[in-house]
Amino acid sequence: MANQQLIISGVGGQGILFVTRLLAETAIRKGLAVMTSETHGMAQRGGVVISHLKVGDFASPLVRPGCADGLLALKAENLPLHRHFLRPAGWVVVNAPRAPEWTGETLHSLDADRLALELGNPQALNLLLLGFAVARLAPAAALFCSLDELVATIEHRLAAKGVLLAESLKALRLGIERGAA
Amino acid sequence: MSERMLLLGNDAMAHGLVENGCSVVASYPGTPASEILSGVAQWQARYQLPMHVEWAVNEKVALEIAYAASQAGLRAATAMKQVGLNVASDPLMSAAYLGVKGGFLVISADDPGPHSSQTEQDSRLTAMAAKVPVLDPDSPEHARRLTGLGLELSEAFEVPVMLRPTTRVCHANQDILPGAVHPAVRRADFVKDPQRWAATPVHRYRLHLALEEKLRKIAAWEPTAPQLLNPGSGGRRAVIAAGVAAAHAREIMQDLGLWEVLPLWQVVQPYPLHTAFIEQVLAAYDELLVLEETVGVIEMQLADRGRVRGKRSGFVPEVGELLPETVARLIADFAAVPGELSVTAPAGGGRRPTLCPGCPHRASFYAIKRAAPRGIYPSDIGCYTLGLNLGGVDTVLCMGAAVSQAAGFYHAYRLSGELPDIVATVGDSTFFHAGIPPLIDAVVQDARFVLVILDNSTTAMTGNQPTPASGCGAGGVPTAAVDMEALVAACGVKFCRVGQPGDLPAFIALMKEAVAFARTDGVAVVIARQPCVVDRSYRGARPTPRAVTVSDACNGCRYCIEQFECPALVYDEQRQRVVIDTLTCSDCGVCTAVCPRLAIEEIP
Repeated sequence: MANQQLIISGVGGQGILFVTRLLAETAIRKGLAVMTSETHGMAQRGGVVISHLKVGDFASPLVRPGCADGLLALKAENLPLHRHFLRPAGWVVVNAPRAPEWTGETLHSLDADRLALELGNPQALNLLLLGFAVARLAPAAALFCSLDELVATIEHRLAAKGVLLAESLKALRLGIERGAA
Repeated sequence: MSERMLLLGNDAMAHGLVENGCSVVASYPGTPASEILSGVAQWQARYQLPMHVEWAVNEKVALEIAYAASQAGLRAATAMKQVGLNVASDPLMSAAYLGVKGGFLVISADDPGPHSSQTEQDSRLTAMAAKVPVLDPDSPEHARRLTGLGLELSEAFEVPVMLRPTTRVCHANQDILPGAVHPAVRRADFVKDPQRWAATPVHRYRLHLALEEKLRKIAAWEPTAPQLLNPGSGGRRAVIAAGVAAAHAREIMQDLGLWEVLPLWQVVQPYPLHTAFIEQVLAAYDELLVLEETVGVIEMQLADRGRVRGKRSGFVPEVGELLPETVARLIADFAAVPGELSVTAPAGGGRRPTLCPGCPHRASFYAIKRAAPRGIYPSDIGCYTLGLNLGGVDTVLCMGAAVSQAAGFYHAYRLSGELPDIVATVGDSTFFHAGIPPLIDAVVQDARFVLVILDNSTTAMTGNQPTPASGCGAGGVPTAAVDMEALVAACGVKFCRVGQPGDLPAFIALMKEAVAFARTDGVAVVIARQPCVVDRSYRGARPTPRAVTVSDACNGCRYCIEQFECPALVYDEQRQRVVIDTLTCSDCGVCTAVCPRLAIEEIP
């Protein structure tokens, strides 16, 4: 597996750090080195949150502009803010009510807000989008991990929390379903 | 513990402390340092270690508690952010002279950027001013290792040692193989030595001489000497880097194809800079590029400024974080090779931080503005600094200053015979931290203002650590609890009333009473008590949920959005009226009392 650098972007309260941690732990379970960088404090209070994830042989915790392989955007309004991190052949997965006007990198979009509401679990939009992203990217080897590996991490991490695990897997699977469609 | 795990930098340092037999750790929360102590509490519980771990009332108290443990021969540490170090600087300066017995680590986390701080100050300068050695980690794993090395250095020379991580170390996660935990085996054994521990000025002079001698030896201590990261590289130029800038440089030089040709030295101990290293690099190279955050601490110790490209020469920015894209440009320029395609980030944009939906502070600020519409509003450090957005905050200086500034404004205006309403706001944790002495001063000096203690029963901004009134300490252990009302009364305050800001009409009435009292009778304190909406550790009762909807009476005047600024109140451009974003609404129901047309209604 080649090195991979991802940007995960959204606003405070959307569960960005949880998504980052799931991906990072999946990397560790695969025996890969991993570094992430997070935003805490003032920037977290409803403001823009960005996390950097680097899997493989890296020393710096930050992704340089023009170097990211992918951008996972939990808020569509963050696309113009964080697009500059992408390399020319990178990909974007975005939570948006309808696919935004786009030229350039490969873009996949999903209305995860609406799906989360339909699911009766507004907090689950992060896992919905994550499931969708992995379903779209993993088969093309655009992501360092597979669907099964990600599910295994969630099962391991939430093993002691029955209801939360069931709800999380439900959201993830719905996202996967939409991604496979 | 034998498998690699994902650890936050702060948690990695916490593990480093328990690995190395640290017995006493005290801290006051502050981003980016807050998770160090909670990490220690978690490891303490996990490994069942006999330790004292506490959230102290402020950083000065935290440092003094940990330092006394070191005086008694135990290994000890204190953790804070850079502005917290200012609060603790008084005992730090003296502790440097007196020295330590058990290894004593002062962890001060810096925030270049700054991401969540009042200043970008460089704690390494404070280390220089205090004359204590400082270590500069480049990653979570490096920070974990340097906690052990720092304690060793501290004991070897009987000197406090500062560990100075930055945001990018504290809040980076890395896969780490934690070391074996060595529980402390020492017993406290304070050996009386008044000439040292209670030294008067004449002894302090001798202690200062001894400290200088220690520093000369520390500047030659092998384990913290700078390291050449790419042996075999040659040439007449070299890069010297410290902290996370060294991590950026390592990666960038490989990407730019410079690894074999441009020597990269990593400085682990920026102060005192190793004397032999200074001589060596000045003899070996014609030009040096120094990369460090934030101030040129290494640079100023390289006496020959003529061949150093750094902050003083204007080559390296003196302000802001040394982002990897900046480091890439600097190294490419220095090595005279083509850099990467420069991609610039868009300027500005994005939504600004705001108080959470349902946050009781929003209601408090609304009530304050209603009770004293033309008032002066000094405020303080915490989530409620975001009351700026609401027009409820005019000043923010440092912890506790809301109270002293309110008094200062009163005295300033009194001299010219004017008496504006002054309503200061301070959080409960901040009040305990540094708000009590200025409240006493205000009462004694007969100042007249309203102090609203925004009591959400937690230290919310930094991740919901307990306060002295919580009745629990680090890791949730039960503690005694301080009675805030009794404390305020004991400061001599004659008007001290508790209200619930979520009951907005009643709270506005209470605020009006307090403002009227303060005009004639002195300091009035209102304790606005309602739990933080995101505090998962809160066990008490919360207000009953009140889901709301917007009726057809809404004429789109935007009063609620401008004056109340709840993220769940959204202006629908198409329908030209306000709607509730049910994804973010917390059902607090407070906005029903805000709309002048009564268009926001509770759903029955």
